[in-house]
Amino acid sequence: MNGVNDFAFKIGTVNGTGSASANGLLMQAIFRMGIPVSGKNIFPSNIQGLPTWYEIRVSKDGYMARPSEVDLVVALNPATYAKDVATVREGGFLLYDSSWPLPKELERDGIQILGIPFGRLCVQNFEGDRERTLLRNIAYAGALTALLGIDMAVVEKLLEETYGKKPKLLASNHTAIRLGREYAEQHFECPLPFRLERMDATGGSILIDGNTACALGALYAGATVGAWYPITPATSLMEAFKAFCEKYRVDASTGERRYCILQAEDELAAAGIVIGAGWAGARAFTNTSGPGISLMQEFIGLAYYTDIPAVFFDIQRCGPATGMPTRTQQADLVSLAYASHGDTRHPILFPANPREAFEMAVQAFDLADRLQTPLFVATDLDIGMNDWMVDRFEWDDSYRPDRGKVLDAADLEKLKRFSRYLDVDGDGIAARTLPGVGGKGAYFVRGSGHDKHAAYTEDSDAYIEVVDRLRRKFAHAATLVPRPAYTLRAGAEIGLVTLGGCDAAVREAADLLAAQEIPVDVMRIRAFPFPEEVREFIESHERVFVVEQNRDAQLRSLLTIELGIAPERLTPILDYGGMPLTARVVVDSVVRHVGGVPA
Amino acid sequence: MTSIVKPPVRHPSLRTNALGLTLRDYEGVMSTLCAGCGHDSVTAALVQAAWELELEPHRAAKMSGIGCSSKTTAYFMKQSHGFNSVHGRMPSVTTGAAAANRGLTYIGISGDGDSLSIGLGQMCHAIRRNVDMLYVIENNGVYGLTKGQFSASADVGSTSKRGEANEQAPIDPVLLALSIGATFVARSFSGDKKQLVPILKAGLSHKGLALVDVISPCVTFNDHDGSTKSYKYTRDHEVEAVEADYVPVHLEITLPERAAPSDGGGELHVVPMHDGSAVRLRATAAGYDPTDRASAYAHVRACQARGEVATGLLFIDPASRDMHDQLRTTAAPLVDLPFESLCPGAAALDALMKRHR
Ligand SMILES: Cc1ncc(C[n+]2csc(CCOP(=O)(O)OP(=O)(O)O)c2C)c(N)n1
Ligand code: SF4
Ligand SMILES: [Mg+2]
Repeated sequence: MNGVNDFAFKIGTVNGTGSASANGLLMQAIFRMGIPVSGKNIFPSNIQGLPTWYEIRVSKDGYMARPSEVDLVVALNPATYAKDVATVREGGFLLYDSSWPLPKELERDGIQILGIPFGRLCVQNFEGDRERTLLRNIAYAGALTALLGIDMAVVEKLLEETYGKKPKLLASNHTAIRLGREYAEQHFECPLPFRLERMDATGGSILIDGNTACALGALYAGATVGAWYPITPATSLMEAFKAFCEKYRVDASTGERRYCILQAEDELAAAGIVIGAGWAGARAFTNTSGPGISLMQEFIGLAYYTDIPAVFFDIQRCGPATGMPTRTQQADLVSLAYASHGDTRHPILFPANPREAFEMAVQAFDLADRLQTPLFVATDLDIGMNDWMVDRFEWDDSYRPDRGKVLDAADLEKLKRFSRYLDVDGDGIAARTLPGVGGKGAYFVRGSGHDKHAAYTEDSDAYIEVVDRLRRKFAHAATLVPRPAYTLRAGAEIGLVTLGGCDAAVREAADLLAAQEIPVDVMRIRAFPFPEEVREFIESHERVFVVEQNRDAQLRSLLTIELGIAPERLTPILDYGGMPLTARVVVDSVVRHVGGVPA
Repeated sequence: MTSIVKPPVRHPSLRTNALGLTLRDYEGVMSTLCAGCGHDSVTAALVQAAWELELEPHRAAKMSGIGCSSKTTAYFMKQSHGFNSVHGRMPSVTTGAAAANRGLTYIGISGDGDSLSIGLGQMCHAIRRNVDMLYVIENNGVYGLTKGQFSASADVGSTSKRGEANEQAPIDPVLLALSIGATFVARSFSGDKKQLVPILKAGLSHKGLALVDVISPCVTFNDHDGSTKSYKYTRDHEVEAVEADYVPVHLEITLPERAAPSDGGGELHVVPMHDGSAVRLRATAAGYDPTDRASAYAHVRACQARGEVATGLLFIDPASRDMHDQLRTTAAPLVDLPFESLCPGAAALDALMKRHR
């Protein structure tokens, strides 16, 4: 890193002071200059007053993972000065607010320290505490336009788009940008050695977060019932779904709504609502995170045992317990795979980024209907809440939902008897009817023991027949869920197995390893249960690493349990401190194990 | 054990309703409850009410939690879909089903354990949402299915079969429902079918959640002397506040009134239901207004203080707005909407993508 269009910078502020709009402005401006960019918001579980950081990585080669090092830190929060100055790479820069003398904590050799009196400039030019605080953020964005070489025409256009209808705000934002920019130009050599130059690499891309993407997927899949209980980092998913529904699903003349969103009293109720709606024939979903998944356990088992479709989005955060609600992790894998008591297993989809989250959200509804079972889409805080640069979403207007095996009145006419849990074609899936259908279609859902006709039973054989069918159904699911994605290199004897949001860092690591003459193949698992080719990849590599973001190597456990792979065949690479994965973690671990030189 | 199916013998003299269905057509599989259990009488009253209302069985859905009471959804209307869910969670499952398909009649059956302990939160929130459903609590003061522990509706001083007295104040579903805005609140007794059937019919016709607390004695664990939920105690202490009569759509409200109560009674209230039917309420005490929440609450409280059990259709809000009214959901059930009306399509997505540039 650290040349033209290849560097990273980080801004440390206090949350609740309005830095989000300045950070968003910077990110979007770089994107519009045609340069690949990614942003990670590292925020506290708090409304106002605690430290928050925003990291922006610029990568002409399109690497989207969290940067392994930071070239420039903008340190605006005295509470984190000591920590922030330490994160600047050797030879990098630190920008601070020089309205006050350089504090002791910020002194460091080997880096360059730049001071701009943002606070004083704002006091001199703006009125009122709130406005001064807000515009101090815009002023640092202004300074960065000069220091990094951000195209002012792009910034002007963005400000116009945002504040065009509010002339007063537009004017003060302009002033703030100018104050920061002019001060930087007058006092420092601009731009810095690492800087931006226009490219043409973002034309087919968008900036979007995974929660918005999942919401859009639910909208396009025709979901009509959404039930939820607010929880970080899942909340914005239902809020986005609501906003989309208000835009696309309200009758213009009558105001009637073609959706039903219910804020439940807790996650138990959210799960119950979704299961009731799925049973009644709607496409229904809930969005939650680890604590909510814990509360939903009993209901998940009910839906599993009674063959009811339901889609659960789990936006994973750091557990256990309340854990670190605003930090990311992939630590719900085992609790999703086997959620609930008794013998239960559930399909899970693992999108790697918002683009795939959109596609998998749609697929999730088809698979839940086809398999008549609770189905999870497991993303994480990093995918869910950060803006990612991804390819534009596409939609095929010929898509129609796969509602699976549902018998209507005409189908029932042809049957001698309707048996709800009778598997006629060996895939483990029995046809269902929806309440209201009439004729022979009525049946009784019960979480208690039932036979293939849905009648109550305590008979061992009749019970076993049903749970064995569910096992067949799960095996069948492995043939329907998305296959793994591969990044292969000639001659590689090392395989890296990973999933979800680790994707970008692992593929970047593969490039870095190749540069050190350690070729590796990457297999990204996209779903549970594992398709057969997952075993083949593992068996065909001399050495296999499993890269994931939890302490206990949960993906590795699932691979050993489900595929019978010997644990010693799989070396874990674990990163679970709550930050998005960096390529360096992966490179260093692999190198350590295979005996090369650490990067 | 498998379900016991009743032999399909049909007595030629059985009367049919307007749909050509007999009472037997509204029955379910044979009950496996203890002989004499109050819950079986509630089931019989439901069968009667549904038959008299000419409810199309396949347009109804039976919902329940877990408990002896919750089992009873299998014992009526076998031509309806049924959902015996998990303990205390019938309200959320019904909420979801009603959200998806507002075209069906939802009959929720619960117990005092199911609704007042493990499911108290769900019950309250279903009431707050005013889900369009009949919500029957078969209230026996104990957990029948787990063999006789006190439930939250047990009165202070009421004794268990082994003689232990309950010391904790009861949760009265009627008072609770009134205080959190329920739009239909009734109490009845499984032993008083004459009172219960019209209340169930009115509840089924109500737009919104109709809460019916039915004292339904558990003959095995809570029917002894010292229990305040026994047949004897309830018979001796029942005080009917309001007599309800249900008038179907196609009958004019000119039927002869029920005999006036002995004390002269109160005013007659005729409450029109959204489907065109009507409920006639006659207060047994002068001044009682079943459309006035505060006086209903005060009356139940006063009865309680005297050791009496207030029964009848105690409160009804004629202006009830159910969950879908509040959410402005489309009149057609969501499950019937064509996919084309739900998916914005490729052109809209392209336009949206421009906003993420
Ligand atoms: C989660 C859970 N906890 C405990 C039970 C055990 N259980 C079954 S029924 C019941 C109580 C039922 O009482 P009530 O609702 O009053 O019904 P009744 O049997 O008295 O009609 C309990 C505690 C259960 N089924 N599920
Ligand atoms: S235990 Fe009580 S509630 Fe249960 S069936 Fe027997 S009498 Fe009825
Ligand atoms: Mg009970």
